[in-house]
Amino acid sequence: MNIIVPIKQVPDLVEELEINSSGTDLDREWLKMKLSEFDDHALEEALLIKDNQGANVTAIALASDDIDKALFAAAAKGADTLIKVTGVEGSSTHEAAKALANVISNMDYDIIMTGVQAVDDRDGQLAVLLAHYLKVPHVSVVTGVELSGNTVTVHKEYGGGMVAEFEGSTPLVLGIQAAKETPRYVPVAKVRRAMKSSTIDEVNAGELGVNSGSTVSKMYKPESGGGAEMIGGSAEEQANKIIEILTQKGIK
Amino acid sequence: MSNQILVVVEHLKGNIEDITFEMLGKAKEISSSTGGELVALLMGSGADSMTSQLGVADKVIYVDDANLAEYNPQAYCKTVSAVVSSTQPKLVMIGNTSMGMDIAGGVSVDQNMPFIAYVSGISADGNTVTSSLYGGKMNVDSSASGDGCIVSVISGSFSADAGKADGSPNVETMAAPDLSNLTVHFKTLIEPEGGDVDITTQEILVSVGRGIQSDENLPMAEELAKKLGGAVSCSRPIVDSKWLAKTRQVGKSGLKVKPKLYLTLGISGAPEHIEGMKDADLIIAVNTDANAPIFDYAHYGVVQDIFDLIPALNEKL
Repeated sequence: MNIIVPIKQVPDLVEELEINSSGTDLDREWLKMKLSEFDDHALEEALLIKDNQGANVTAIALASDDIDKALFAAAAKGADTLIKVTGVEGSSTHEAAKALANVISNMDYDIIMTGVQAVDDRDGQLAVLLAHYLKVPHVSVVTGVELSGNTVTVHKEYGGGMVAEFEGSTPLVLGIQAAKETPRYVPVAKVRRAMKSSTIDEVNAGELGVNSGSTVSKMYKPESGGGAEMIGGSAEEQANKIIEILTQKGIK
Repeated sequence: MSNQILVVVEHLKGNIEDITFEMLGKAKEISSSTGGELVALLMGSGADSMTSQLGVADKVIYVDDANLAEYNPQAYCKTVSAVVSSTQPKLVMIGNTSMGMDIAGGVSVDQNMPFIAYVSGISADGNTVTSSLYGGKMNVDSSASGDGCIVSVISGSFSADAGKADGSPNVETMAAPDLSNLTVHFKTLIEPEGGDVDITTQEILVSVGRGIQSDENLPMAEELAKKLGGAVSCSRPIVDSKWLAKTRQVGKSGLKVKPKLYLTLGISGAPEHIEGMKDADLIIAVNTDANAPIFDYAHYGVVQDIFDLIPALNEKL
């Protein structure tokens, strides 16, 4: 069983986001990046399959500033093979998907799992785009994967807590919403060891010939549409004010 | 390329989902200003009675096939792609929902059409769309470079009422593409397990997010909820960490709630969460980050460490 997990780094939303001088993208100079949390779940689900029934897990990512660290962290968690895809100029998901499709189409694989979405995939989610470039079936918003031979049973989340069960066969591309377990934590020391013991294979993306098909005219912080009336002061004062509001509204 | 707007109808268990009416209402507004035809695409098996709820559309394209009886990512994607290929709409609107997330990108690749996701606004001429990105912290305006465009629309962005009208729109039946070789099959629908508390009927919800940091901190939120006469609900990460049951989750993949009071503790307000709670009568948000998107939706905002504020409230109540 070969599982490929495309991962990527995204801006850490805990940090303040600033807009660049052209007003169309984030100011990336001081941006703190982290592994996209949905990709972390996809990696976890793949590693759970490896732990339970054995699998070869490949973490693959497009080259970017911090990506080696993310790939080594994946190795420290249990990924067997690390691949970095080079030669991609643009930042759209269409380009990323086509680049990954070019590389993955030359590989042996049964399942591709990646995060259901990312915080910055404006031109669409990677899993479905990749699946269609590869012409491989796809299910997204997946919260559970069970394997039996080449039969894959997946749980797909709908709204309202409802879940649909689908059955497919390998090869299959899955957009993972959440792994069955909380993604494992890996200490820095173990990542450092992985940096010494693992290698990252570099593969060129080849011809892409696609782009997002759209142009950004403006990035801006959402207007506080009416917005909240802010309650200032100490925690004590704020608590008093909240209780006063609740009393006024007849809630308490 | 026509001036047509195509809205993909989403339905589950015989009910048309609100996202469909939200998109139809917005599409009507755009088609009124551009003069384009508004077409609703309904897929199913023996589902033609639903066309009577789609009176806002100028025309309904109905595709009936046994393989479309239940939602199926492969079958629906192929069908939408075939309809888009034959009608060449200027704008295709699909929900940014569990189903839409399977379909929109697939049609984009197969039909070589631009796709803009997470759409929360569309200009009157339909040409400029606003996407809500970075967990709702940034809006991005963009336009398709060519003639046609697929957008996936975030639930709750537009009024559903504007898209609801009974009537008998002109129904055109279209044959499904070849769906005989499907490799993904629908097995069953699993209803949510009944939880200890039904958060959709609670009048007061104390809702915790990532900011609660550990399940060891949940009791103070429980205490506050009890003192207010309500229950504890949460955002997605709390359920993924298994600190609370899925039945307590508010948002896109959880439950929609409309309590008298929705008090958030350490919830930043990602669009997926906002979808589930923005219609609450009174929203009070507490977060350490003054720029958290939740403050754009709350009536009252408190920038404070929840571990200082919760004990203060518990002591005073």
